[in-house]
Amino acid sequence: MTSEPGSPVSLDERAGDNGRGETVSSRSQIAEVSSARSHSGLAERLFHWVTGGAAWLVLLILLAVAYSMASGGALAFKTFGFGFITSTSWDVPNGQFGALVAIYGTLVTSAIALIIAVPISIGIALFLTEIAPVWARQPIAVAIELLAAVPSIIYGMWGLFMFAPFMASHVEPWINDHLGVLPVVGPLFTGPPIGIGMLTAGIVLGIMVIPFIASVARDVFNAVPPTLIESAVALGATRWERLWNVTLPYTRSAIVGAIFLGLGRALGETMAVTFVLGNAHDLSASLLMPSNSIAAAIANEFTEADTELYRSSLVALAFLLFIVTFIVLSLAKLMLARVERTMGRTN
Amino acid sequence: MNWVLFRRQLADRIAFVGAALATVFGLVFLFWILWTTFSNGVEAIGPKLFTEMTPPPGADGGLLNALYGSAVMIVVAIVVGTPIGLCAGTYLAEHGRNTKLAAAVRFVNDILLSAPSIVLGLFIYELIVVPMRHFSGLAGGLALALILVPVVVRTSDEALRLIPDRMREAAFALGLPRWKVSLQVLFSAAMSGIVTGILLGVARISGETAPLLFTALNNQFWSSDLNGPLANLPVVIFQYAMSPYDSWHSLAWAGALILTVFVLALNITVRLFARRRAFK
Repeated sequence: MTSEPGSPVSLDERAGDNGRGETVSSRSQIAEVSSARSHSGLAERLFHWVTGGAAWLVLLILLAVAYSMASGGALAFKTFGFGFITSTSWDVPNGQFGALVAIYGTLVTSAIALIIAVPISIGIALFLTEIAPVWARQPIAVAIELLAAVPSIIYGMWGLFMFAPFMASHVEPWINDHLGVLPVVGPLFTGPPIGIGMLTAGIVLGIMVIPFIASVARDVFNAVPPTLIESAVALGATRWERLWNVTLPYTRSAIVGAIFLGLGRALGETMAVTFVLGNAHDLSASLLMPSNSIAAAIANEFTEADTELYRSSLVALAFLLFIVTFIVLSLAKLMLARVERTMGRTN
Repeated sequence: MNWVLFRRQLADRIAFVGAALATVFGLVFLFWILWTTFSNGVEAIGPKLFTEMTPPPGADGGLLNALYGSAVMIVVAIVVGTPIGLCAGTYLAEHGRNTKLAAAVRFVNDILLSAPSIVLGLFIYELIVVPMRHFSGLAGGLALALILVPVVVRTSDEALRLIPDRMREAAFALGLPRWKVSLQVLFSAAMSGIVTGILLGVARISGETAPLLFTALNNQFWSSDLNGPLANLPVVIFQYAMSPYDSWHSLAWAGALILTVFVLALNITVRLFARRRAFK
């Protein structure tokens, strides 16, 4: 930063002094050259200052977001202390606010999303790099990526009006009958088949997350050095063995990074979840029951929050969400950066 | 021996079929969502949609004020967000390059790129709505700008870094100062990449709902006042879809169709555009 601003200016000066002083005869010409030089030096500094300022602004925004969430939620943290995170009561008339139900709903729906999205995404990446005919790869890849472009409110409407009824009439009764009777995990799958709840929200989130994981996975699969693949082929490895023993170990940290990226998206996704999760402040073991998530609670209740404590509690929820997604996304970024370095070295 | 071979081939078959099924799974949902939006939205599409205001329950109406409000806020976001993003991107690609500051900014920018938009909306609420004491279209536009900035930073940084250094050296050799090199040589060389980034950003912000819920809020009536609550398409869709009224539902679907077509058309255009450029 400190050495940078000097370099273009000194370059200019060198150009001006470069024996030119003798050829420029009249004083006015010298004045003209030097004034042009100082003018460009000013513009230069201004340009550097403006672009550098914008770069600092990006840093500042992140800090400001963290600070404003922390200060907005301070009242709730002060009032309830650590109990804000561990309490399940969300009692608006009595002014009792605890975040555990929303945290639990966020984590469970995101976990379901990943359980669905990870294998599907890796399957799609495998299909796009190894199996699909070459002419079909680009169109299919674009179609999958368009899943990420569809606005989340559209997912919400589709989820509420199409997918939830589908779950209620076709999937959840089956789940009740077949998975609900299993020992140990049974209670997860028993409940009224109403279509709205953590399972439905998790599946919708999973579909939303697929394109993010699939596109990273496809890119790193494509970047595996051909010599590795060729040697595996030469040893007689099947496609599955190539994927499992060569491609996946080689791209492991990129895949983990992509999964964290997807997790970050799932944790913070708001509108789709708001539509299909049911906004119920009850802690329930069953995945078929309505629940709540941090983002959905804020979206549903913020404009109705009539007391200072209520509003502060919602901002405190946002603070927790921000911190968690910050950590998850940082891990994703570190994982992906590490892979870029290895790939750069081997290619 | 044969048994081992059989098992290996079976695993290979399963991987093959599984991968194909995974792809089908993804595509089925894409087409299911698109078909749902189209079939539910198409009947309410008509001239009324673009000439009348959002109605009370049971009455006829359109989405004119919502479309207008969304357009205004997107323009505000572009006017505010693009210069900031472009400047920061220029710093990263031209001045910062491999400095620690640039690395930190890239890191933070990527976090902002994936940060929950509802948190960014709440930030604008605390920053602008609370001091002003009322919801406003301006706050909505700024919330969208906040989401647009990281997209533009990233894409302009990448577009500028793709320009070979030969071009910079040639321009410097002509005696141009650095700012002129950036503005007149590099920007025009990277223009299509930069425009692509802005269009992708616009596609992203035009569907954003969560940050508008507590910044622009909504307005049932025609309003062009940036200083007051402003109607906008995503929030209207949200409120109408969540309502119990059939007439509102059908308007919500029509709005969803308009939004989806707009966003997907932008995305596909950008991709075709980028691919054509790559072949040159």
